[in-house]
Amino acid sequence: MSYFRAENLSLHFGGLKAVDAVSFALEKGEILSIIGPNGAGKSSIFNLISRIYRPTSGRIFFEDQDITEEAPYDIAKLGIARTFQNIELFENATVLSNLLVGRHRHSTTQLWQELLFLPSVRANEKVHRRRVEQVIEFLDLEPYRDKLISGLPYGVRKVIELARALCSEPKLILLDEPSSGLNVEETDDMSFWIRDMKSELGITVLMVEHDMSLVNRVSDRVIALNYGRVLAMGSPAEVQQHPDVVAAYLGA
Amino acid sequence: MRFLFKTDYEDDIKLFPHSGYWVSYGVLLALLLIAPYVLSSYLMSQLVFVCIYAIVGVALLILTGFTGQASLGHAAFLAIGAYTAAYLQTYNVPFPVYFLAAGLLTGIIGAMVGFPALRLTGIYLVIATISFALIVEEILARWESVTHGNEGMRVKTLSLLGVAVPRDSPTFYYLCLAVLVLTIVGTLNLLRSPTGRAFVAIRDSETAARSMGVNVALYKVKSFAISAAITGFAGVLFAHKLSFISPEMFTLQLSIEFIIVILIGGAFSLHGAVLGAIFIVMIDPFLTYLKDDMPGMIAGIAAAFGAGPATAGDIQSKVAAFASLNGLKGAIYGIIIVLFVLFEPLGLYGRWLKIKLFFQLFPLYKRATFKRQKIYVKSERNR
Repeated sequence: MSYFRAENLSLHFGGLKAVDAVSFALEKGEILSIIGPNGAGKSSIFNLISRIYRPTSGRIFFEDQDITEEAPYDIAKLGIARTFQNIELFENATVLSNLLVGRHRHSTTQLWQELLFLPSVRANEKVHRRRVEQVIEFLDLEPYRDKLISGLPYGVRKVIELARALCSEPKLILLDEPSSGLNVEETDDMSFWIRDMKSELGITVLMVEHDMSLVNRVSDRVIALNYGRVLAMGSPAEVQQHPDVVAAYLGA
Repeated sequence: MRFLFKTDYEDDIKLFPHSGYWVSYGVLLALLLIAPYVLSSYLMSQLVFVCIYAIVGVALLILTGFTGQASLGHAAFLAIGAYTAAYLQTYNVPFPVYFLAAGLLTGIIGAMVGFPALRLTGIYLVIATISFALIVEEILARWESVTHGNEGMRVKTLSLLGVAVPRDSPTFYYLCLAVLVLTIVGTLNLLRSPTGRAFVAIRDSETAARSMGVNVALYKVKSFAISAAITGFAGVLFAHKLSFISPEMFTLQLSIEFIIVILIGGAFSLHGAVLGAIFIVMIDPFLTYLKDDMPGMIAGIAAAFGAGPATAGDIQSKVAAFASLNGLKGAIYGIIIVLFVLFEPLGLYGRWLKIKLFFQLFPLYKRATFKRQKIYVKSERNR
């Protein structure tokens, strides 16, 4: 049994087949990249997994559990975190409180305890904070703790989104174009972090990416999509040589 | 300038970041405690209204400022709290019981308003809350067996542990102050724990909040319930302060006054609720003063510029007629909101922060420091 599995996943908007019978599987600790031209359905697959969209048909399994019908907020509780292509941070909050929201799935305190700020809440807050600090150290975010998101540059926001996802201590992380809008050095950093996430934190990574150098550096396997269908699957080199993929990108 | 060296996670959790806060808030509390022995009875009465408006302001801040759900229905929540108190009083229920019952009932009704609000955002939510307020107003006027309709209800003098607490006694003021302080402390506690962060997350991006495991629907309902419950508590105090309640006291204008409280105070900090409450309570006597004295003043000025007694008298009566026009107060409130939204979107507290920073950084203050903060604006993408 695979760790994560999508079976015949489809998403239709009227007659438009955004995702058309896509099946793939992920092993634990693997980095799988999804590539494809614009509008191929890459982000739609992410939105299906995180339940922003409801699949027209098909099923999704995670750790042998069918998660197709789970509520969107329960997906995070199962240990699947994600980032967004166009950054979705909490703009008017500090970096620290953004990251602490990432800890939400681990919060156990009740409303009345929080109103009184009982010692149990205080103790929990410190545990959350310690975890957040570990992520801050992992991603070198120390200078930004108390800064408001609205005042930060794009590249830093991108890293903070990754940090927020990591704060939830996910088992599987979905990265939607982690390098878009980043310069060369920032992309390098990102590739190191993605590999470290796999080797140090043991997180399985599913990634949508356009930057082929990043894909080649970090991926174990690659899936190529076009018009919602799988064109090719395999090692990065194999997929890039595949005639259908070449045709999709170059229009030959 | 003061530099804060944080050496413990506790430093980011505690309410007062450094010892200076203890001094300033201690002095403020001491001044508030001796106020009844110093201020005139009129000012004391105004101060009680400031407390009540500030409690509602904090409640509205939780919902609008921190969860991003606008409401123009808080006068209705206040009314439900007030009428619950007045009704239970007729059965000789003791104060602590009907105080809590009013909060509980208002909280439940608030949660019920929250459910339909889950599908609405922005202006549509405002319309829904206005309709809720109108429905409540109508029910208060028609359900005569409970509310005595438009005749209104008398509210008996508050009796706490067998001791009568008249509405203009220092004890009543201390009670209101205590409720305000407890509300503020409770809200601050909420904001530094997971629930408060979930509220802020919903305000800034529902999609991201959901993907981080926040049950958006549940937390919106929670926010509505908490906000309504606090307003219900304020309603009990409001009823006692007025000693008589009737449906026309809880109109849309009151809801708008509450919005003014947080808009003018600053919709991003609890300080704003208190500053806004002071503003709204104090502007009323100021407007009355203008209404009474403006015509005479303007006529005097006209006379000084050489107008004859007949012309001056004419001017005086015309200005007086204008000043007593119906709806002039509403228009003035509207103008105030527009001016604040345009020129001081961070409100009075934002202005205070700017002044403070100006002196802290003198002479290096840059106007652009506050440029990027958009607190009340929210993007509509990806809902």
